Amino acid sequence: MTPLLSVQGITKFYGQHIGCKDVAFDLYPGEVMGIVGESGSGKSTLLNCMAGHLTPDAGAVVFDTRTDGPRDTVTMSEPERRMLSRTDWAFVHQHARDGLRMGVSAGGNVGERLMAVGDRHYGDIRAKATDWLGRVEIDANRVDDRPTTFSGGMQQRLQIARNLVTGPRLVFMDEPTGGLDVSVQARLLDLLRGLVRDMGLSAIIVTHDLAVVRLLADRLMVMKDGHVVEAGLTDQVLDDPQHAYSQLLVSSVLQV
Amino acid sequence: MIELRNVSKTFTLHNQSSAVIEVINDVSLSVAAGECVALTGASGAGKSTLMRMIYGNYLTQAGQILIDGVDLVQAEPRDVITLRRETLGYVSQFLRVVPRVPTLDVVAEPLRAVGVSATNARARAEELLAKLNIPKRLWSLSPTTFSGGEQQRVNIARGFAHPYPAMLLDEPTASLDAANREVVLSLIEDAKARGAAIIGIFHDEAARVRVCDREIDVSQYTPGIAA
Repeated sequence: MTPLLSVQGITKFYGQHIGCKDVAFDLYPGEVMGIVGESGSGKSTLLNCMAGHLTPDAGAVVFDTRTDGPRDTVTMSEPERRMLSRTDWAFVHQHARDGLRMGVSAGGNVGERLMAVGDRHYGDIRAKATDWLGRVEIDANRVDDRPTTFSGGMQQRLQIARNLVTGPRLVFMDEPTGGLDVSVQARLLDLLRGLVRDMGLSAIIVTHDLAVVRLLADRLMVMKDGHVVEAGLTDQVLDDPQHAYSQLLVSSVLQV
Repeated sequence: MIELRNVSKTFTLHNQSSAVIEVINDVSLSVAAGECVALTGASGAGKSTLMRMIYGNYLTQAGQILIDGVDLVQAEPRDVITLRRETLGYVSQFLRVVPRVPTLDVVAEPLRAVGVSATNARARAEELLAKLNIPKRLWSLSPTTFSGGEQQRVNIARGFAHPYPAMLLDEPTASLDAANREVVLSLIEDAKARGAAIIGIFHDEAARVRVCDREIDVSQYTPGIAA
């Protein structure tokens, strides 16, 4: 089987400082990979390099495109990469405001992505947008309201709807449950799990919440100072961590 | 079905003066289809450790663990994920679920994961929950708020939903009343009858005698205790 995403030797420097160095892994269809590490460990840098928001100094991010098979997205042209990020890729930001257009209605936020891939029929777009608001548990009568009138949890769910409406195959998530209270987190986790199973999504989730990765991710990478210090099955890394830093990370979690 | 060849494990505690603890030394065993083998030994002998190694939850330092021909020690994560989805079931002592998911869906999930339709998966889940005496009014609720015994029965229902060819059972009858214990033992007997290879930890001696064909004393492989 061809990996959906093959990350090879991704390296990014900020001047002399290492952002991330020599990161490599393969992600297969339907897999969810978690990336954990403390603040400044390079996990967001890595995510942004993979998603095309940052240009890595070295390495390749090979994505198995629908039309042309495996292609290196680092060296592909900007319009091609932009097309990819509107169709097969999705990016869920930690702060929903970064991923939403705050001056446009909720329905417009979802519909905009559909229009970007060529949908033109207003009725269809509105119907799809309303369907997706329902899937993320936003009441249909809020479809014409702007996200500025939504709570943080609703904004995050709207951002997920906007991202998934075009049926992407790979979702990048940066702390998707960060800053939300725990009951809202649980709803989001439930939602994401269902979407991963029902749509066969692959996902890469950056977080520092080990409980989130245990429930969502099949595989886990632990990063420290820009390097991957340990990688493996999520429950194996959490229950039998091998590297000193992973051991510290796991043993530092407060039991509830 | 399950075969261990010269399997050893150590824990290295980097943050506690790099202590190295040898926990399992040179285990070889095999379990055939339709056979149930009990792991025995005092608390701390390494029964659960060995079981977690067989599930791939703990890393194994040396040897081979073959499940249906796949060596778990060398396998890539995605091969282990496939193995766990299709071949190797594990009933742990703790239920770990996404909050808010209804009990019925928690139990049906392993079947959904192998491609069984939602209707059929739910039907099988209902059958198991009824058998394990979980009141129907609880099925639509999340098991996170259930009592310990109820959670354990939900966990067992989930573990037996898909007919895994190989199963690991960690104290499946602990803290169950007589009626539910009987249900669990009959589930184990049914699994054996359909040809599942089972490794179990049973502190309940009568249960062990009834369902297990052999016992393996783990303390013989535990360096600390033997010395």
